[in-house]
Amino acid sequence: MSQPESAVADAQAGGRSGQEPLAKLAKRYGLRRAIARPRFPVYLRQLWQRRHFILTYATSRNVTKYSNSALGQLWQVLTPLLNAAIYYVMFGLILGGKGDIVNYPAFLLTGMFVFTYTQRTVTAGAKSISGNLSMIRALHFPRASLPLAYTIQELQQLAISMGVLFVIVVATGEWPTWFWLMIPVVLGLQTMFNIGAGLVVARLGAQMRDLNQLLPFITRTWLYASGVFFSIQEKVVESAEMPQWVANVMYLNPAASYIEWMREILIGTYRPEFGHHPPPMVWMSCVFWAVFALGFGFWYFWRAEERYGRG
Amino acid sequence: MAELTKELSQVKGDKPAVSGKDVRVHPNPDPPGKAPLDVPTGTPTVIVDDLHIVYRVYGAASDAEKGNAVNALTRILRRQGRPQMKEVHAVKGVTFVAYHGDAIGIVGRNGSGKSTLLRAIAGLLPPHKGAVYTDGQPSLLGVNAALMRELTGERNIVLGCYAMGMTPAEVKEKYQEIVDFSGIDEFVQLPMSTYSSGMGARLRFAISSAKTHDVLLIDEALATGDREFRKKSEERIRQIRESAGTVFLVAHDLRVIEQTCNRVIWLHKGKIKMDGDPKEVIAAYNKG
Repeated sequence: MSQPESAVADAQAGGRSGQEPLAKLAKRYGLRRAIARPRFPVYLRQLWQRRHFILTYATSRNVTKYSNSALGQLWQVLTPLLNAAIYYVMFGLILGGKGDIVNYPAFLLTGMFVFTYTQRTVTAGAKSISGNLSMIRALHFPRASLPLAYTIQELQQLAISMGVLFVIVVATGEWPTWFWLMIPVVLGLQTMFNIGAGLVVARLGAQMRDLNQLLPFITRTWLYASGVFFSIQEKVVESAEMPQWVANVMYLNPAASYIEWMREILIGTYRPEFGHHPPPMVWMSCVFWAVFALGFGFWYFWRAEERYGRG
Repeated sequence: MAELTKELSQVKGDKPAVSGKDVRVHPNPDPPGKAPLDVPTGTPTVIVDDLHIVYRVYGAASDAEKGNAVNALTRILRRQGRPQMKEVHAVKGVTFVAYHGDAIGIVGRNGSGKSTLLRAIAGLLPPHKGAVYTDGQPSLLGVNAALMRELTGERNIVLGCYAMGMTPAEVKEKYQEIVDFSGIDEFVQLPMSTYSSGMGARLRFAISSAKTHDVLLIDEALATGDREFRKKSEERIRQIRESAGTVFLVAHDLRVIEQTCNRVIWLHKGKIKMDGDPKEVIAAYNKG
């Protein structure tokens, strides 16, 4: 016999009733079930151990993303700029979305760039699991690495967009103030929210295949509800004569909160001393969404960990 | 082991194709000589216990339903879910025990459940019924899915190593070894999309085999590259067997299996048809 008697004896000792002896044999030698979801803290630790993979994967995807277009990485900036140009003509000039806003170009671009960051992360996150099934079926790693890598990829690209945004905002006549030191805080909170949102849509996208088709409509509705090219207070309450709480709810949606806070920081005429009354509790909404989304996102994604890649 | 295998298959009510006497596990395919390497130490490393795997397949719709919006709508209205969803019972009650030092070949026709079985052992597919118990984390040999064609070989090596869970120090240490083993030399600076298929295969094999594993699962990895590289990779597999506890090998090239394995499992339609000495199982497989 190839193996010592003990192993055979072990198997036989447990009786010959099929499953039982093998389960016992496994236990005796300390073998574990191949599929088992680690406890939540363990999962987070495993994820931390994979940080090099997550970073390298994000960077690699960035490198290859525009590899077959002539303008390459420039599209990262050109896309929101072109979008902003269309909205400027449509809503700013033709439909009069401009209203009483003093520095409309800066207002519009800030909204556009901040919103684009969240929108792109959510759209990418929804495909992070369903688009990588072959990798999930071949390699072992905490699956949250993928949506995380997609968020970090967008974060890396955000660095370029923010640089362009600052240049344009300064060109429209805003001058850097001490308030600008708060920018990293806002972006940090927004990134926390994006990670959480990315994790949630990653699980949803893995389970509902139609989500990718639906997402463009959802994000477009979100864009309109977040006051990217109009002032929510002015259009909703003053023009449309809806009750104030409708505007407040719109202001408390995460995208609008981050946009509003960023505008208050970047645009001098967008502060109380210039007659603009910022919506109440915007910063509290920003912090709440960041903490809530991050915590809930990881937990929600982890709950289905062992089911990704099946079917 | 022979008794064990026989009993288990009888418990399942599954008559082995050959009588008990022939179904044996030979620890030593080549007598004396290079014995030490092939002798299992007797500790079980993988236990597969009455494993059933059921796949869900989408998109197997009939032509009449395909892409028809009206049908899709009525389906949603009637809350019928997905009629295209089909269940495929790929592995139907497989039971065996693998020991430290075993190199197990898995043979069988296309669609007999070989790759599915490997994935289940690797813990990548949840069992429908039964269980897989393993010592440590079994890994599939193959990082192809993590590599990107547009990236240079250099970046792909780093990416692949991280994807397999290496630390930066390990990546640094293995990097040169991977380049040397793959033999792609200065091509490492070029994107992988410029490689010939042989070169790509060599680099992929070099990356995937750079990590040592407790339990290694190889799916058709040896069938690539030129003759020289094939020899090299067979040698590498032998080394891996030395350091790894157990190796599983799926290949259509029976010669490779006969040379590298000390035990062969023949899968037929999701069930074990035969389990034992490579020469005997392969002979029976060729006949049947």
